[in-house]
Amino acid sequence: MSQKPQSHADSNAGHSGHHGPKYLAHHFFDMAQQNASGKLGMWLFMAQEVLFFSGLFLCYAAGRYFYPETFLAAHELLDWKLGAVNTVVLLFSSLTMALAVRAAQTNNRKAIVTNLLLTILCACIFMVIKYFEYSHKFHLGLLPGKYFSADVASLGLSSVPADFAPGVFFGVYFIMTGAHGIHVLVGIGLMIWLLMRAQRGDFNSENHVALENYGLYWHLVDLIWIYLFPLLYLVR
Amino acid sequence: MLFDFVKIGAQGDGGTLFLPKQASTLAANQDALFYFIYYLCLFFFVLIVGLMIVFVVKGRHKGDGSPVKTSAVKGNHTLEVVWSVIPGILMVVIFGWGFKDWVKTVVTPANAIDVRVTGLKWAWSFDYVASGVNSNRLVVPQGQPVRLTMSSKDVIHSFYVPAFRVKRDVLPGRYTVMWFEATELGEFSVLCTEYCGTSHSGMLSTVKVVPQEEYEQWLADGGDLGGAGVPPAELGAKLYEAKGCNACHSLDGSAKIGPSFKGLYERNGEFVDGKSYVADDTYIRQSILEPQAHIVKGYQPVMPSYQGQLNDKQIAAIIDYIKTLK
Amino acid sequence: MASQAGTNYLNAKKGIGSWLYTVDHKRIGVMYLVAVLTFFLLAGVFALMVRMELLTAAKDIVDADTYNKLFTLHGAIMVFLVIIPSIPASLGNFLLPLMLGAKDVAFPKLNLWSFYIYCFGAAFLIYSIVSGSFDTGWTFYTPYSTTTSTSVISATAGAFILGFSSILTGMNFITTIHKMRAPGQTWTKLPLFVWAQYATSVIQVLATPVLAITLCLLMIERVLGIGIFDPAMGGDPVLFQHFFWFYSHPAVYIMILPGFGIISEIITINSRKHIFGYKAVALSSVAIAIIGFLVWGHHMFTSGQSEFINVVFSFLTYAVGLPTAIKVFSWVATMYGGSIRLTAPMWYALSFLFLFTIGGLTGMFLGALSVDVHLHDTYFVVAHFHYVMMGGTIIAFIGGLHHWWPKITGKLYSEFWAKVGCFFTFVGFNITFLSQFVLGSKGMPRRYYTYLPEYRDLHVVSTVGSWVLALGLFITLFCFLHSLFKGKTSPKNPWGGLSLEWETETPPIEHNFEGQPIVTSGPYDFPEIDHAHARGH
Repeated sequence: MSQKPQSHADSNAGHSGHHGPKYLAHHFFDMAQQNASGKLGMWLFMAQEVLFFSGLFLCYAAGRYFYPETFLAAHELLDWKLGAVNTVVLLFSSLTMALAVRAAQTNNRKAIVTNLLLTILCACIFMVIKYFEYSHKFHLGLLPGKYFSADVASLGLSSVPADFAPGVFFGVYFIMTGAHGIHVLVGIGLMIWLLMRAQRGDFNSENHVALENYGLYWHLVDLIWIYLFPLLYLVR
Repeated sequence: MLFDFVKIGAQGDGGTLFLPKQASTLAANQDALFYFIYYLCLFFFVLIVGLMIVFVVKGRHKGDGSPVKTSAVKGNHTLEVVWSVIPGILMVVIFGWGFKDWVKTVVTPANAIDVRVTGLKWAWSFDYVASGVNSNRLVVPQGQPVRLTMSSKDVIHSFYVPAFRVKRDVLPGRYTVMWFEATELGEFSVLCTEYCGTSHSGMLSTVKVVPQEEYEQWLADGGDLGGAGVPPAELGAKLYEAKGCNACHSLDGSAKIGPSFKGLYERNGEFVDGKSYVADDTYIRQSILEPQAHIVKGYQPVMPSYQGQLNDKQIAAIIDYIKTLK
Repeated sequence: MASQAGTNYLNAKKGIGSWLYTVDHKRIGVMYLVAVLTFFLLAGVFALMVRMELLTAAKDIVDADTYNKLFTLHGAIMVFLVIIPSIPASLGNFLLPLMLGAKDVAFPKLNLWSFYIYCFGAAFLIYSIVSGSFDTGWTFYTPYSTTTSTSVISATAGAFILGFSSILTGMNFITTIHKMRAPGQTWTKLPLFVWAQYATSVIQVLATPVLAITLCLLMIERVLGIGIFDPAMGGDPVLFQHFFWFYSHPAVYIMILPGFGIISEIITINSRKHIFGYKAVALSSVAIAIIGFLVWGHHMFTSGQSEFINVVFSFLTYAVGLPTAIKVFSWVATMYGGSIRLTAPMWYALSFLFLFTIGGLTGMFLGALSVDVHLHDTYFVVAHFHYVMMGGTIIAFIGGLHHWWPKITGKLYSEFWAKVGCFFTFVGFNITFLSQFVLGSKGMPRRYYTYLPEYRDLHVVSTVGSWVLALGLFITLFCFLHSLFKGKTSPKNPWGGLSLEWETETPPIEHNFEGQPIVTSGPYDFPEIDHAHARGH
């Protein structure tokens, strides 16, 4: 027999009475293995997210390929100033998120809490601005697909192409920003949970993978917006 | 059962065990590749399963308690290279062969007859571009290429003639092109091979291959549905079958997807919006051309428009036919 | 020693709650197994009804719309609820940590979540069935799926949710394989089942999100009509097919690769030999996973997509065939010079080789551009993918279930009845589907409710075959049930396997191993191997 179970008094062997390091789950050898697993799992999740959004970007590309002039004309109906403010807000939130992770590595619990709060605040500002953008569009009838009900002539567009299909543009707009917005909302929920844990003192230089992983997620959400903003608001 | 199996192989359709009769210029090449792959597969199948059986029979564990020794072989690079490279080469050959014949199927000869094909739930309609003749079956001359420019009214269909070895999807909102040159006289099945709903399997037609003179005469008569020398009600009966009315409208009074044609003429009824109607000529004409304008109570708004599918003479013939169905 | 004699994962904790809230990969695997087998039974009943209807050319037992719903449900349930989760989520979940000498998968709670997400997605599909069902075919092609009046939304929502279950399982497995291997267990000492699971998981993580977004877009198209897929609004229905097959072709490998892994295990153990060409077999799984992403267009040769792209896809299709061929040759060569034990699992492995070889070789017809024009969307395709999916994956799954049944339940089953079940399944399967190859090459299109009279005889053969196949599967089911209630207790290692799952108790204890196993040699270095007469290599 080649493989032999090692039955010596390994510290992780007995489960019922096992007390390893405080944050170590029962099925890992040590913190290094646990942290490495957590990080790998998160990167795989990131890969999955990228492919999910790649489908949406392909959908955008198809829409723009079918209706180049519509996309050019309809982008005037989006307020690029609000989009730009949101971009700055999200970029800033990425910074505070990174600072929160850094604070955990330096055992600065107060800084973790402050920076997380700032990140949550930014995320909320983003969603509030998004809410105003959306409600304005609903009000005007700038709705996706067959529900588009605005009077095109009264919108004050600089030019209206012959095959103007604003329903397609707003379909793509609402799907993409909607999927992104759901990610921001989920992010806010997760940050509140992280904030509670941070106040409890869960994060320190030994145990900060959860925070770091969340940081990865938040940066990805930010990054997707960086692509969405020019693609939708700044069509040339 | 085995007897039947063999009979199918040699049945009167002029085909082989696996393939139907060859009736177009494209068929022979495709079949040659089919049988090339077939014998290749048969060879490898016999090799693999044969060796498997030999190894099992030779190496079978007797269970008599004698000490068992097995081979220590873990691999053999030469053998592994051989069984990667040889199938690889064969696959490239198959690919190249398939590619060569594929090019022939997509490049239409210059002297082709142009026919527009429309697929709709659940019937085929053919329009001869040069003569304007409309038909529900394809009649083509032997030995001359025919180009089909195809489009769908509703969902995706696929135009398939097994005897010609041709198939192409028929899409709504765009055109696909396909060609063939029939070599054999006779009637061949046209099938729909892209799932399109309730009567997908009923979406059948035929290609009739005729000599050149007969083809020209047929065109001159305005095709099957031209109505040359046929009483209108009789033409209407033909159209009822040909245009797929029969898929949804019965003749015996039973309600199918749409109301029955029996006793329809001058019937009083009610629409879903509560208004009443009398099924007169105008009503029937509008029902054919703008089926969504009024929906009869108890039915779904599913009928496609026959605008452009039927000319005035044909619509009149259908009305006359319905008048006969008391 | 913490655990007492006779305590194992099945009886360590009692009560329904100890199952529903468990994070033990073994119990989650068993729950998946029960769910998958239940849906297999349901989809099998639908298949029998489809075959029954096709007994004659005209209407028999159901009307056309019901028939369309039956084949749609058969396909959708088999793909999304049975075959995709079958091996990875049940046997994979149970075995992967055991084979790696780990106490659990890397993320046990996530594992339980993915099971409940599976149940949630399944509930949507079931809801769709009871609320009028759907008739789009499992492929959901637009614009049919955006215009049909049946309940497409809940069905696609179900498939969408099931996708996330699959993604989470894949992430969990990749992390587990990378980070949880026992000391000494290098990548070349992994059992091939683990390699196959690894390749599968990569596809699950990378392809499934695209299915999710595709189904999302389909639902949005149906509800809002944004005009991406529907030509009536300027969209492109072929774009949907690209989206769909970008996932659904790799999904074919999600289905078959774990089957390859099982066959590698069964053949080596029952031949008492090292696998022939370990690296080729292991890496060909990875090669298939990668190239499998580049061949989706071969489902669309006649769809009207660009002619140039057809040529590229045809070429790449043969490129993905090659690693598959290498695997088959390696399995056969593994048996050379072995001491073959014809156990029930080995019967299934040999059946697999027979059936999968047919399934793989008939793919050569369909990859050739010119021949595919004739065969596309006919019964030839139906027979081809049933030989791969049923003759390949399901046969491997049932074989694997026989192989690890003692490990899972601690019970032995009747070898005789298991082999009788295998025999009828094998014979019935061949009668059912060999005849469909001929039907297809003769021109019989798929998804037909009625058919032309010349196809009748072969349809009769196929339907009779489906009864024999069902008989075989029911014998197998009763054989398992009998074992569960009346079976003899299994010894610890009934097959003499060397991979780590056989090192622990049978059935395993709650935390898999007493102490950490250490690996010093490969999983196929059987003691019967005659090293004294080793030649070459």
